Amino acid sequence: MADPPLTGAPRIDVAVIGGGPAGLAAATALKEAGIGRVVVLEREPQAGGIPRHCGHPPFGMREFGRILRGPVYAARLVARAERAGVEIRTLATVAGIRPGGHLLVALPEGLIDLAARRVTYATGVRETPRAARLIGGARVQGVMNTGALQSMVYLKGRRPFRRPVIIGSELVAFSAIMTCRHAGIRPVAMIEAAPRITARWPAALYPRLAGVPLLTGTRLLEIRGGPRVTGVSVAGPDGQKREIACDGVVLSGQFTPEASLARLGHLALDPGTGGPVVDQWGRCSDPSYFATGNLLRPVETAGWSWAEGRRCGRWVAEDLAGRLPAPSGALKLETSDPRLKYVMPQRIALPRSGSGMGDLQLRVTRPVRGELCALNESGILWRRKIHALPERRMLVPLADLALPGGAGTIRFEIREETA
Amino acid sequence: MLQQGDGKIHPRRIPDEAAHDVVIIGGGVVGCAMARRFTLEGARVALLEKAPDILDGASKANSAILHTGFDAPEGSLELECIREGYQEYLEIRRSLGLVHECDGALVVAWNEAEEAALEAIRARAHANGVGDVEIIGQAELRRREPNLSHRARAAALVPGEGIVDPWSAPHAYLAHGLANGARLVTSCEVTGGAFDGGAWQLETTRGPVRATSVINCAGLYGDLVDRALLGEARFQITPRKGQFVVFDKAARDLVTSIILPVPNERTKGIVVFPTVFGNLAVGPTAEDQQSRTDASTDTETLRALIEDGIAKIPALKGMPVTAVYAGLRPATEEKDYRIATTPAKNWITVGGIRSTGLSAALGIARHVFALYREMGHRHDPLPDPAGARANMLAESGPRDWKQPGHGEIVCHCELVTRREIEAALKGPLAARSLAGLKRKTRATMGRCQGFYCTARLAELTDGHFEMPLAEEIGHG
Repeated sequence: MADPPLTGAPRIDVAVIGGGPAGLAAATALKEAGIGRVVVLEREPQAGGIPRHCGHPPFGMREFGRILRGPVYAARLVARAERAGVEIRTLATVAGIRPGGHLLVALPEGLIDLAARRVTYATGVRETPRAARLIGGARVQGVMNTGALQSMVYLKGRRPFRRPVIIGSELVAFSAIMTCRHAGIRPVAMIEAAPRITARWPAALYPRLAGVPLLTGTRLLEIRGGPRVTGVSVAGPDGQKREIACDGVVLSGQFTPEASLARLGHLALDPGTGGPVVDQWGRCSDPSYFATGNLLRPVETAGWSWAEGRRCGRWVAEDLAGRLPAPSGALKLETSDPRLKYVMPQRIALPRSGSGMGDLQLRVTRPVRGELCALNESGILWRRKIHALPERRMLVPLADLALPGGAGTIRFEIREETA
Repeated sequence: MLQQGDGKIHPRRIPDEAAHDVVIIGGGVVGCAMARRFTLEGARVALLEKAPDILDGASKANSAILHTGFDAPEGSLELECIREGYQEYLEIRRSLGLVHECDGALVVAWNEAEEAALEAIRARAHANGVGDVEIIGQAELRRREPNLSHRARAAALVPGEGIVDPWSAPHAYLAHGLANGARLVTSCEVTGGAFDGGAWQLETTRGPVRATSVINCAGLYGDLVDRALLGEARFQITPRKGQFVVFDKAARDLVTSIILPVPNERTKGIVVFPTVFGNLAVGPTAEDQQSRTDASTDTETLRALIEDGIAKIPALKGMPVTAVYAGLRPATEEKDYRIATTPAKNWITVGGIRSTGLSAALGIARHVFALYREMGHRHDPLPDPAGARANMLAESGPRDWKQPGHGEIVCHCELVTRREIEAALKGPLAARSLAGLKRKTRATMGRCQGFYCTARLAELTDGHFEMPLAEEIGHG
C-alpha cells in the first residue's frame, strides 16, 4: 500500500531528518512507543546512511549481536524500521527548517511545506574537506575524503586513483586503507601530524599489516600537480621538507556535524561540537526539534549513534505525552578551556528527571594529563583525574556531578599536572 | 562535426576547413563576448579554446562583481569598455536570463588618511559619469551595515555596483553566438600559423583552421600568441595571482553591499563580497609571479584573508570556510587594456584585460568590432538572431531543485539536480572536465566539497570527461 501524502491527513507526529543509524533507530523507537505517524526524510536514493558505503565489517554487534558488513547492516536497520511501521521517504531533501516543526522539503515532484509535531534531527557527520582545512597547493583532481572514496568503491565499483597518500590516523583512516585494498589501490603512505596514531589499538597495527608506511609527526604542506595530483610536500618530525609522489590524496577524519540546516535556520549551535545546542534529552533551542547521533558531536561509531537514536526516540515519545519538563529553566554547561574541544549536552533542563542522557560527553584537543574540574561562581563542584587523548570518548556520569538545583552556569576546565 | 549529439567524447576530428571570417583565440569571458558580438554582426566565427572547457584561464576565478567604472582611470579605454559593458549587460539581462543583484558597494575608510581620500573617489566617480556616488558618514554606514566593525569611519557609496554569476554570464554570451552559427572548438591550442596576404591559416592541436581575421583573446597567453604568430608582442604578461576564501552560506547576510577598501596605485585591494550563490567571500590578494598556470593557494595567505575578513566583519569569527581558490589576472607593464590592431595582417590583439574583464567584456567586444570595421571589414548584422538562456544558479532565483521533475538532487550542498547535470553534459557547450561541470552547475562547490556526491558524479559523467573522475575496478 502506498504511503499517504506527506501533507494533509493524518498529521505527521514526528519527522526524522536523516535515515542513517541514529535516525532509523529513533524512528523505530518512536513507533515501538506507540507514536502514530513517523516519517524518515532521507535525501539519498536509499536509507541507511554512511554504513551503506562501508563495504567492510565490523558493524552490528550492539544492534544485531553479530558482525556485519556496512551495507548489510544498513539494510537490516531499514527493514527493522519498516517492520515497525516507519514511513521512509527517499530522495526527500530538507532544504530549510522553521520554528515549530515546519520543514521545507524538496522532492523530485516538487517543493512541499511539511508540518510535524516534533522533528528529530539526525543528519550525522562528514569529514572536513580540503578547503576548510586550508591546505595549500594546486587545485587538482584526485583529492577527496574517505566518505567519497568509499562510496566510489563500494557503491559504484570505481577507483579514482591507484597510489594515494592517506592523511590522518583516526579510525576512519584505517577504513580508508581497507577500502583501498578492496579496490586494488595501494596507498603510498599514511601521514599523521601528531607524534602518535589517533585511533586506538588494534587499528593502529593495521597499516603495518597492510604494508602502508606510517609517517607520524609529519605535516602535509602542499598538494602538487595539474590537472591531476602528482605529489604532496610534507614536513617531517625534524622539520625537513620532502616530496612524496602519489596520484591522489585521501583526507580522512576531522569530522564535523552536518548541521547546515541549523546554521542556516534558527537553532542555536555550539562552536565546540559544531552541532546544535541540546539539553539532556537532545532537545534543541526550539523545543520542537530534537538532535541525535553524530550530529550531536564528532564522532562515534554507527552502533553508538544507533543507541543514542533509540534513546532519543523514547524521549521524543515522552515529550509528545507531555512528560518532559518545559524548557524554561536550565543549567548551562560550557568551557572556554582550549584543551577541551566540547562538552555535550550544553544544557541541563530543570527540574531534572530520571530520564535523559546519563553522561556528559567531552573531548580534549590534545593529550592531557591532569584534573578535569567543574566550577561555578562558588568554586570547584567536582573534579576527576584524567589522562585523555584527542578523539577519544570521555564520559562523566551526570549523577556524579552533584550539580546545583537551580539555574546557572557550570564551567569545565583542566588543571594540568606539572612535572 | 566536432561534437556528437550524445555529448560523449568521441575520437578527435580535425575541424573542417570551411573558411571563417574571424577566429577568436581564447574562450575566456572576453572571447565569449567577442564571439557573440561578431556573430550577431554577421561574421562567421570560430572560437578556439585550448582547455577542454571554456573559462579555464583568468576567467575561472574572480570576484564576480559587475563594476560601474567609478574608480577606473580617467580617459582610459578600460573606463570606456566598463561603461559600455555595464550598459549592455543591463540591456541583455532579461533576454539572456542573466543575474544581477545590485545592492551597491561601499568603499570603506578605516583610518583618517583613507577618510580623507574618499572625496577624491567621489570626484573621480562623478567625472567618470557615475553621478550617484556619495559619501556617507559613520552613522549612516552603521545603519546600512550593522555587522561591519565599528572601526569603519565613513564610506563612499556606489549604488550601481552589483554581483553577477561569473560563469553563467559568459556561457550565455557564447551560447548566444553558438545559437546563431558560431563554432566552438575546445582542447584546441594554436601552435602556429601564417598569413598569406588575404587570410590566416592557423595550425592547432586539432588541425588547421582558416580565417580571414584573427582576434587574440588569449588572456594569460596573449603576449605569447602575438609573439608566435606576429613575430613580436607589444606587451609582456606578468600574471598576478589573487587568492580568495569563501565562507559558509550562513555568512551571506552579514553584509548587504560589497565592501571595498580604498584602493592603492597597484590594486583594488581586498574586497569582502557576497556572491549570487549565497556565500560571502574575501579576496583577492595581488601576488606577481612568472608562472601562467600556478594558481595555487597557500595556508598562510588564506589565514591572513580570513583575519582580514574578521577585522572588517567580526561576526565572521568561527564561520566555516566553504571553499578557497586562486585566480591569475593577465597584468602587463601598464594599467590600461592593451588592445591594438595590426591591419596589414588582419589581426587584433586584445590583451592585458587585467581585473575588470567580467564587467567590461561586452564593451570590449563592441570596441573591438568597431576597430574591425575600421580595418575595412563589412558584414550584414543578423536580422532576427535566435535567443539563448543562461543557467540559473543564483540562490535567490528559480533554481531547478525547486521545480518538479528534476530527477534527484545530486549535490546536496549546492542543491544541483540530475536534470541540471545531464543538461550540462549535452550540446555544443557540453562540459568536458569536472572543472567545466562545476562552472556550469556548481556541483561539488558547496561546503562538503564532494564528500556526498563525488561517487554519483563519477557515474553520471562516465564517458564525458577527457580526464575521468574514476575508472571501473577491473580485475588485475
